[in-house]
Amino acid sequence: MTAVLCRHFGLEHIEIAEDIASDTFLKASEHWALHGVPDNPTAWLYTVARNKAKDHLRHKKIAQVNAGGRAGTDVVFPGDDFEINDRIIADSQLAMIFAVCNPVNSPESQICLALQVLCGFSIEEIANAFLTNRETIKKRLQRARQHLRDNQFSLSALTPDHIQARQDAVLKTIYLLFNEGYFSRTNRAAIRKDLCSEAIRLALCLTESELTRTSQVYALLALMCYQSSRLEARINSEGELLLFDEQDKTQWDQQLIDRGNYYLVAATEGNELSKYHLEAAIAYWHTTDSKEKWSRILELYNQLVLIEYSPGTALGRAFAMSKVVGKEKVIAEVEKLRLEDNHNYYALLGYLYAEMDKEKAVRCYERAIDLASSEVERRVLTREAGRLRRSTE
Amino acid sequence: MKEFALIFRLKDITDFKPSPEQMQERMNWLAGIAAQNKLADKGNTLLPLPGSAKVVKPGNIVTDGPYTEIKEFVSGYVVVRAESIDEAVELAKANPIFDQVGGNIEVREVLRRD
Repeated sequence: MTAVLCRHFGLEHIEIAEDIASDTFLKASEHWALHGVPDNPTAWLYTVARNKAKDHLRHKKIAQVNAGGRAGTDVVFPGDDFEINDRIIADSQLAMIFAVCNPVNSPESQICLALQVLCGFSIEEIANAFLTNRETIKKRLQRARQHLRDNQFSLSALTPDHIQARQDAVLKTIYLLFNEGYFSRTNRAAIRKDLCSEAIRLALCLTESELTRTSQVYALLALMCYQSSRLEARINSEGELLLFDEQDKTQWDQQLIDRGNYYLVAATEGNELSKYHLEAAIAYWHTTDSKEKWSRILELYNQLVLIEYSPGTALGRAFAMSKVVGKEKVIAEVEKLRLEDNHNYYALLGYLYAEMDKEKAVRCYERAIDLASSEVERRVLTREAGRLRRSTE
Repeated sequence: MKEFALIFRLKDITDFKPSPEQMQERMNWLAGIAAQNKLADKGNTLLPLPGSAKVVKPGNIVTDGPYTEIKEFVSGYVVVRAESIDEAVELAKANPIFDQVGGNIEVREVLRRD
């Protein structure tokens, strides 16, 4: 609803749109409690919102005329074409996604903003997801909104040019949002699942329009479905993160894997091969028990690292390589990566040294524990280090 | 960081088409450089085959391929990032081409024109 209203007010007046939206829901809760839920609640809500918006604009116009200013210079006056239907709702949501996923803001801010504006999370909920306090989130959101305002992103209509220029940033934010859930700093399963399913919902929004339905969107959806299928299996009953080898594969959600397969097939129509395609294909092979699994994964990582370097890709590739050529042979290759501020780098070295040189492995795990940023990760690393120490005694 | 072109030369045209296993080894080598964030440009393969290779000389003389007179021919290049030429040489040394078919790799520092 905020998105639809913003179409009329302009993004710079997002607060007005949000006020009207929350007023509308307040009125709904009062009215529906007394008179029951109307036959078409959506239409009811939008009618009320439209009237409130018109009221607001009328007041604004009068105020501006009184002040000697000209009406309509600040706020677009919608006149009688203030129409709301399903199509406009869908388009507005899409436009809003493109407005919020703006690289003028840092990745963290984009995620916060997406959670608030696109997913309707409260500041409290966002603070919980980021394991930080309300004030920090509030400030971050204020700054992010200011940046958007300064950038004057218009919400009116999305053109193909516009979409092409921004689609990368949009997919990136959606994936970041997903990863925030998947690798969350919090060990509360509910929050994690919420973030992941919101990311999937936003990607699904993109598949609903001709303009944004690209093979990359399908590839990203496939990737997120495969990852989600392991969400339950990654955490044991004590809320501890489990390593890939320890996961109970029967807990993988077959339904989500099937959906992933469906989207991956959809993504391969056309010749595009993006990093999402490669990551989805890697995630696909992870779900299988095929003999060629790890060599296929290694090939895909080779291609992925040539498209875009990231420490995560370099480490994922090294892990796959250890499964193909053996742990010992990979150590030299991994040590060349020199990712000395990355806890996963030391965790991987710890894993590789575990049989060869236990003391060295323990030292690597200790370094990883020092560098790890989240409690969840520290716990799993501490467990591994402890296991190794006990076996040397 | 400096950039260095690694220029691959092969001796025999029949070595140009690698087997799938050889290709895989070469990919592992290239991706290994990329995984260290030292690949500046993944470069290109330069086709030495008839119809794809000519040499233009003074006096409008055009000959087929680079391989009629010289024994070695350039088969491709990549550009790596390294602190020194010695580091670039180390990267080149690990290339599987030496075990596979021989040939050589010329390492040259890149001086950008801009």
